[in-house]
Amino acid sequence: MTDLPEPGRRGFLRRSIAIVPAATALTATGFVVAQNAAVPPAAASPAPAGPPYTPVYFHTEEWAFIQAAVARLIPSDDTGPGAIEAGVPEFIDRQMEGGFGQAATWYMQGPFVPSSPLFGYQGKMLPREVYRAGIAATDAWCKQQKAGKRFAELDAATQDEVLKGLDGGTIQFAEVGAKDFFTFLLQNTKEGYFSDPIHGGNKNAASWKMIGFPGARADFLDWVNKPGVHYPLPPVSINGPQG
Amino acid sequence: MATIKKPSVDAVLVGFGWTGAIMGMELTAAGLKVLALERGENRDTVPDFAYPRITDELSYGIRGKLFQNLSKETVTIRHTPADVAVPYRQHGSFLLGDGVGGAGVHWNGHHWRALPADLQLRSTYEARYGKKFIPEGMYLQDFGVSYDELEPHFDQFEKICGTSGKAGNVKGQIQAGGNPFEGWRSNEYPLPPLASPNSAVLFEKAARELGYHPFPQAAANASRAYTNPHGAQLGPCNFCGFCERYGCYMYAKAAPQTTLLPSLMKRSNFELRTRSHVQRVNMSPDGKRATGVTYIDAQGNEVEQPADLVVLCAYQMHNVRLLLLSNIGKKYDPATGEGVVGRSYAYQLNGGAALHFDKDQPMNPFVGAGASGHAMDDFDGDNFDHGPLGFVGGATINCINTGGRPIQQLSLPAGTPTWGAGWKKAAKENYVYQTSVGSQGSVMAYRDNYLDLDPTYKDAFGQPLLRMTFDWKDNDMAMTAFISTKVEQIAKAMNPKHISMGFKKKGDHYDVRPYQSTHNTGGAIMGTDPNTSAINRYLQTWDVPNVFVMGASAFPQNFGYNPTAVVAALAYWSAAAIRDKYLKNPGALA
Repeated sequence: MTDLPEPGRRGFLRRSIAIVPAATALTATGFVVAQNAAVPPAAASPAPAGPPYTPVYFHTEEWAFIQAAVARLIPSDDTGPGAIEAGVPEFIDRQMEGGFGQAATWYMQGPFVPSSPLFGYQGKMLPREVYRAGIAATDAWCKQQKAGKRFAELDAATQDEVLKGLDGGTIQFAEVGAKDFFTFLLQNTKEGYFSDPIHGGNKNAASWKMIGFPGARADFLDWVNKPGVHYPLPPVSINGPQG
Repeated sequence: MATIKKPSVDAVLVGFGWTGAIMGMELTAAGLKVLALERGENRDTVPDFAYPRITDELSYGIRGKLFQNLSKETVTIRHTPADVAVPYRQHGSFLLGDGVGGAGVHWNGHHWRALPADLQLRSTYEARYGKKFIPEGMYLQDFGVSYDELEPHFDQFEKICGTSGKAGNVKGQIQAGGNPFEGWRSNEYPLPPLASPNSAVLFEKAARELGYHPFPQAAANASRAYTNPHGAQLGPCNFCGFCERYGCYMYAKAAPQTTLLPSLMKRSNFELRTRSHVQRVNMSPDGKRATGVTYIDAQGNEVEQPADLVVLCAYQMHNVRLLLLSNIGKKYDPATGEGVVGRSYAYQLNGGAALHFDKDQPMNPFVGAGASGHAMDDFDGDNFDHGPLGFVGGATINCINTGGRPIQQLSLPAGTPTWGAGWKKAAKENYVYQTSVGSQGSVMAYRDNYLDLDPTYKDAFGQPLLRMTFDWKDNDMAMTAFISTKVEQIAKAMNPKHISMGFKKKGDHYDVRPYQSTHNTGGAIMGTDPNTSAINRYLQTWDVPNVFVMGASAFPQNFGYNPTAVVAALAYWSAAAIRDKYLKNPGALA
């Protein structure tokens, strides 16, 4: 390695350390060996709750909408964690500020012409703009149709009815595609539920635990061709064992 | 923008994936001074694919960290010549690669040779079923190179990759346990097959008991530690489940990085320049010779790179676009059927059955490799009688478990709600017990499925995007309808709790949103007639003898296989022709 100036070198070391989880070893050859399968299952107690997440992109009322909507898309019940316990709102807020929200890797040059849904999202608005307009339009629609209440103020059954309307095309807006908005919202909700905890969702890898996905273990040489055998180890994150 | 002129090289390679790396190896071995220009970044196993960061489904599998950044360049798509094309704004149907290794980094490693009949498709069909069997508007053509001519190069590429599999035909002798339909091979595979996941064990038994001929999928995922002829070392695949869409952290998946670059990058007559985006091939004033290429470097400088030989080694679509932008070869016109560049774009038509089993039969879907499982070839190519069926083509049928990454690969029984408590309950109850039986089907070439330049949309440098005109045709829908009956029969014999069929039907139009296949073909097809092909049987352009074009753009129509081994074998075949014939007498080889 070339000599870096001191602040740069410290930064480099910090970043280097940050990406090596406890479950990884670097051998002398530089070959990375996965040793995670040998990590004993962590205690099943949930990690201590940190301070509540403060959204960076969403305004207060938008944040209330996001929390209410994802709680219906993946509700909390006896089956397993809901989107709220999984931290999906935090995940979505972080995505708005990242490449997805700003369509960083999408072709966004015009002209933007109406076309069949078979050609994918063809809108001019960035996904985070679709969220902003979609939330405002949904809240306005709810206030008009549901006795002056915003979406977050409605009861669960009515919220489900509104979400079905967005999904199924019975609710439409002039300023933004209701179906486009719902499609992004549902996609991001599932992403936040199932992605590695490093992205802010899937707290304690609880959704992986629920379905039986071992996460970042990624080493199953001993587990191929084992008919009738359930894999026994709990999930790990890129950041190591999860509660 | 400054214009810089660089010293001339013997050969310039445009794009540095599989074919660029193969050409680099072969042409430097012939003593040429070779320069590869790659528009993307450099990438290697360490640090770019290192564990644990590579196991990040969101960043790699969903957001596509290793894919082409479409904000700079994409293609436009429409269904018919009468429609207005719109941009392919997000990755969906196919996943374009980027950077060193190209799509050879994020492939699954399914390793198939073409069938002898695949390479002579028109001759085969005319001889067996008569000329009238081929429908109006279908462009069926022979490749112009035979299986016997390519066999040594298939063998060569298998040894480079450390391909794991079971031969079905060694020197004409049918081998138990392999694919009895395959062409003859001079050698067994370099490595034994990968172990099979639980699901593929059930598939193999079911297919065999139905009288079919299942065999272990040949995999460029090494089943053992392996050292290839260039001294590159591969590690054994550990079934991590992060293969396609990811680089391989185990050094097990064959990629240019794991097989060729360790040797090539040390050669003094080779140079790689990354972040060098080629804009066009430069031509002599009379248009008969290429003089080199012009590219834009990372700082935005325009650079003129003279070269005696230009080899286009980019992805299928990018090769075709460069020919169009450089005015090499006559552009195809669907109205007259004349012209060759852009002609015969083809794709694949796949289907599948999602299977869900009871609690006593965990499939453990996360235990997977890109090419781990079994396949069968009974209804592919011309391995069965098409006469009474009336369509051209076929499909491989397989049970391959590539992984169980939950955002992309969670599969739920048909009729399950897409959100809410019912969705979550189904996810919990089905994930561990899910598998699938899939089909990979051919798509033929047609008069009005083609590529040209878009009249409206431009790339980040102001050049026109490539425009794709493509939709499904009745012949291929008849093929997939037939295949669906076979997939369903096998799925039922595996005795799951639930089967959900997913096959396209006549009347469906091409939907660019769901992932389907990165096996795009054609547009600069090879052949023996300059009126119906853009390049000759050595992959040399008919009109400009010092320009060669690699890649699946050369396929006259598509088949039921993954294309990489054929693409690589054609690159070795072309390189041998350059070395043994062209360099002695630079001119037209055919």
